[in-house]
Amino acid sequence: MNMFVFILRRLFQTIPVMIGVTLAVFLMMHLIPGDAAKIMAGENANPDQIEQMRENLGLNDPLHIQYLRFVTNAVQGDLGNSIRTSRPVTEEIFSSRFAITVQLALIGTAAAVLLGLVAGIISATRKYSAADVGIMLVALLGLSLPNFWLGIMLIYLFSVNLGWLPVAGWGTWEHMILPAITLGTGGAAIIARMTRSSMLEVLNQDFIRTAYAKGVSDKVVIYKHALRNALIPVVTVVGLQFGGLLGGAVITETVFAINGLGRLIIDSIRAHDFPMVQGTILVCAVLFVLVNFLVDITYRLINKRIDLN
Amino acid sequence: MNEPQLQPATGTPVIGGNTRAASWKVFYKKLSKNKAALAGALIVFIFVLLALLAPYIAPYEPNKMQIANKLQGPSAEHWLGTDDKGRDILSRILYGSRISLTVGILSTVLGAAIGIVLGIVSGYYGRWVDSLIMRICDVLLAFPGILLALAIVSVLGASTVNVIIAVAFFAIPTFARIVRGSTLAVKKLEYIDAIKAVGARDSRIIFRHILPNITSPIIVQATLYIASAIITAAALSFLGMGTQPPDPEWGTMLSQGRSYIRQAPHITLFPGLVILLVVVGFNLFGDGLRDALDPKTKK
Repeated sequence: MNMFVFILRRLFQTIPVMIGVTLAVFLMMHLIPGDAAKIMAGENANPDQIEQMRENLGLNDPLHIQYLRFVTNAVQGDLGNSIRTSRPVTEEIFSSRFAITVQLALIGTAAAVLLGLVAGIISATRKYSAADVGIMLVALLGLSLPNFWLGIMLIYLFSVNLGWLPVAGWGTWEHMILPAITLGTGGAAIIARMTRSSMLEVLNQDFIRTAYAKGVSDKVVIYKHALRNALIPVVTVVGLQFGGLLGGAVITETVFAINGLGRLIIDSIRAHDFPMVQGTILVCAVLFVLVNFLVDITYRLINKRIDLN
Repeated sequence: MNEPQLQPATGTPVIGGNTRAASWKVFYKKLSKNKAALAGALIVFIFVLLALLAPYIAPYEPNKMQIANKLQGPSAEHWLGTDDKGRDILSRILYGSRISLTVGILSTVLGAAIGIVLGIVSGYYGRWVDSLIMRICDVLLAFPGILLALAIVSVLGASTVNVIIAVAFFAIPTFARIVRGSTLAVKKLEYIDAIKAVGARDSRIIFRHILPNITSPIIVQATLYIASAIITAAALSFLGMGTQPPDPEWGTMLSQGRSYIRQAPHITLFPGLVILLVVVGFNLFGDGLRDALDPKTKK
């Protein structure tokens, strides 16, 4: 099977997932215990206002009609209007918040990859040394750290005590350092562990022994032969990390008061602004599905050994 | 008569209780030699003990406010200091361990139970049942990170019970996929064909012959999952979507302490350290279990 067919087939496979995701997000509003229109209209709303809200949200129509309308509108970029601000949901999401969250996730991923790869390579090339044990211990802590706590502690140390970096906000590169570390630490730990085990597996193989036997230097063996092969499974983890960091951004944005999608979701949940919650979660899920799709393609491109069937 | 069984994790069929007992002996031997795993088990054991004994060992009532003593640092009277309402942080952490461990364990058990059933049914029956269940799992996994849990809590409302439900939901696809994979591997073995040939019912095959032979990956995953369930639950509470104040949940305590980070960083420091410690415990123990159950690691 050639690459084009593989991409088409993989694209085809995302369709049921997309349908499922839209259905799940659509049903959120209908699974709210009690009357969704009443909750969204507010505690002081009179029956007329509640009915008006129900009419605006199209809740009087049969469920399947509502779903079809939801999907048709969503495909056309219409996710309804925010209850809180009355502005279109897509406008709120894509004005600046979407870019900020994607930026944050990208910087977090970059931090995770950089820290994780370096740590993993050092660990694997100095197996059982003090550096290896130390790095793996730090990786275990990185995996176990609640990132909201890490963020607050970083603020306390670098912003409150040392005054080196801003406490909150987004815009300059100084604003990005602490959120990137907060968001990237867990991923760095996973990538470090993965790189170490993948490198150790590759370093045990015959072609590495052959390279050494030929008199190739340590550096060339490790970076040219071992690392290139060891990175193949790491790519998948990196891709998945990016998606995971989109979710993690909810917490990081709250800790650092960054006006991205994560904070929008939390503020909207608190305000019972369900169209906004639905829209934001849908956008994040669709983005995650697309990233996974791209990861699969990249994985295939760099690893020709995979059987496409 | 001894029924055919598999060695834990290996999937190799072995006949007879003695061989099975021997393989468990190997497992215990490997686990008892793994110091990190034992340290993890000890941490978990201590926290379970602290949670059970909280009412007897906590020096103060967890919700008792003493405004005159607010924002005090660690002292002989209050070992971990007091919070913004003068409540004793040590007592709140001890009581909080009850909430965090209960949420972590219950949500894992609930999610694992549903995931196991779905995974076995998917792997055993195959065809459209398999496709349907796996597509549902794909959809659940399409919500990145904490978003699925947030979506559920946004629908059900913020409370401890709803956090358990949300975190359990989060666990379902992970367990379903692992169990499906293991079921597929076991299903292909000859002894399953033999049992089918003598006319055993599906339910008997599943519960008596497949499930006991796929417990290893489930136990490992469950132990590791409790760690992430505790963090997820604390994160939801931190965001105000979980256990509500004044209940002493670690994430909630951390969130409340954030406003006093300049004057009283200990309010935030200690609950975070405790979460870190208990999660390290479960992770170390889970890693140790995985190594001990993995036939590729040295005896």
